Amino acid sequence: MSREKLIVRYNAAERINHWLVALCFVLLALSGLALFYPAFFWLTGIFGTPQLARIVHPFVGVLMFVGFLRQFFRYWHHNLINAEDIKWMKSVGSVLRGHEVGDTGKYNGGQKGLFWLMCVCLLALLTSGIVIWRPYFSPSFPIPLIRVALLTHAVAAVLLISGIIIHIYAAIWVKGTIRAMVEGVVTYGWAKKHHPRWFREMTGQSGAKEPR
Amino acid sequence: MALQSQDILRRSASPTQPPVAREHKIEVAKLIDVTTCIGCKACQVACAEWNDLRDEIGSNVGVYDNPADLSAQSWTVMRYNEVEENGKLEWLIRKDGCMHCADPGCLKACPSPGAIIQYANGIVDFQSEYCIGCGYCISGCPFDIPRLSQKDNKVYKCTLCSDRVMVGQEPACVKTCPTGAIRFGSKEDMTAFAGERVEDLKSRGFPNAGLYDPPGVGGTHVMYVLHHADRPGLYSGLRKNPTISPVVKLWKGLLKPLATIGFAAAGLFGFLHYIGVGPNRPDDDDEEDQA
Repeated sequence: MSREKLIVRYNAAERINHWLVALCFVLLALSGLALFYPAFFWLTGIFGTPQLARIVHPFVGVLMFVGFLRQFFRYWHHNLINAEDIKWMKSVGSVLRGHEVGDTGKYNGGQKGLFWLMCVCLLALLTSGIVIWRPYFSPSFPIPLIRVALLTHAVAAVLLISGIIIHIYAAIWVKGTIRAMVEGVVTYGWAKKHHPRWFREMTGQSGAKEPR
Repeated sequence: MALQSQDILRRSASPTQPPVAREHKIEVAKLIDVTTCIGCKACQVACAEWNDLRDEIGSNVGVYDNPADLSAQSWTVMRYNEVEENGKLEWLIRKDGCMHCADPGCLKACPSPGAIIQYANGIVDFQSEYCIGCGYCISGCPFDIPRLSQKDNKVYKCTLCSDRVMVGQEPACVKTCPTGAIRFGSKEDMTAFAGERVEDLKSRGFPNAGLYDPPGVGGTHVMYVLHHADRPGLYSGLRKNPTISPVVKLWKGLLKPLATIGFAAAGLFGFLHYIGVGPNRPDDDDEEDQA
């Protein structure tokens, strides 16, 4: 084992940004599920008391949105979907069996799809969240609109939470990925296997035959 | 704080059975005969007095409605409407407040266990100490009744004087009504009495007189005798066929199992995939990298 060759994937600011959003997400998901499922009402306890959870949840939501907005501006241009991504998406079954598909750049088709899903969900959650935010904003909206916002908020949250479960699993499944968001680096082998085009961009190497 | 002299039919956000061992409780109803109401507002005063409510003093804007709307401190208000029917002016006065639906939208929407309960006698009552101030009940209500207090961020509405009813008394508004326009008793008796009133009205030139007990919410435990039951909207916008909004039903109904399936599918997929396929590791030998 020689010293492993590493590529920086996320710098410290990006990692802090990610984990701040992740922390907000966990708090929001748990307190949100508490209000969604009667049997999970006890999860309001993560904010102390049920009423405190109702009070704090929307403020944490705004914090998550701001954090995510920063991420959006960092990453949106890496997430434009191209022909290679379509190929990836069509062959997702093969990918899941561990065979990489396509000349993937910084993100693969699945990651890009999830990115845009998160964008849509966050926007839906913020706008509907403002409409249902008592006591501050709700009184300015008609009740039929508040009803639609309540439904929208729940649907967007269900989609986002399901998406994040996939996001977390993908990070667990693809070994070496969590290191990218904790230490900020990935190995050459990781980059070459999962993101070959990004690997070439970062190292200038062809990737096909790399002398050790 | 639920009064245990009563069985509880339903309890908000509570998936398991509430106490219902006693089966002899009769459904009660308050009958408001709009046709004999003189709009004196004694019921408003009695309500405030019994329930110890003190709303802000408003200002006269040239209409009889005072206060202008329900609030956390005004659980019932008289709504006045002037209409012309058959070339005659009619002054339609309706005492507005919680209808105590058999299928309460507020209770369906409430996320806090036990913050809203429905007693076996039909009274729908808010248990303020469990209220978290989310206002979901306001969206759930088909009648636009619950009001969020700015003082404590809890929601209030008419209790049908549950505390009086539980000890065998009639609600304060009923007790005080000087014309007998508000009556209280078993729902059966009130329906029968309303039938007599409707017959009388029909014989006196109101062919469309009728009882307002909307089936869309399973019937209500506050009912109106109306001279124009075919057009309840004349009475300051009383809804013709109120139901819990389909949006609320979807949110509180179908979405829950769908969400559970979604979460379970995502989680199970990950678990089974990891067990079945195993981790995805970069190859030690970089040269094996071929798509």
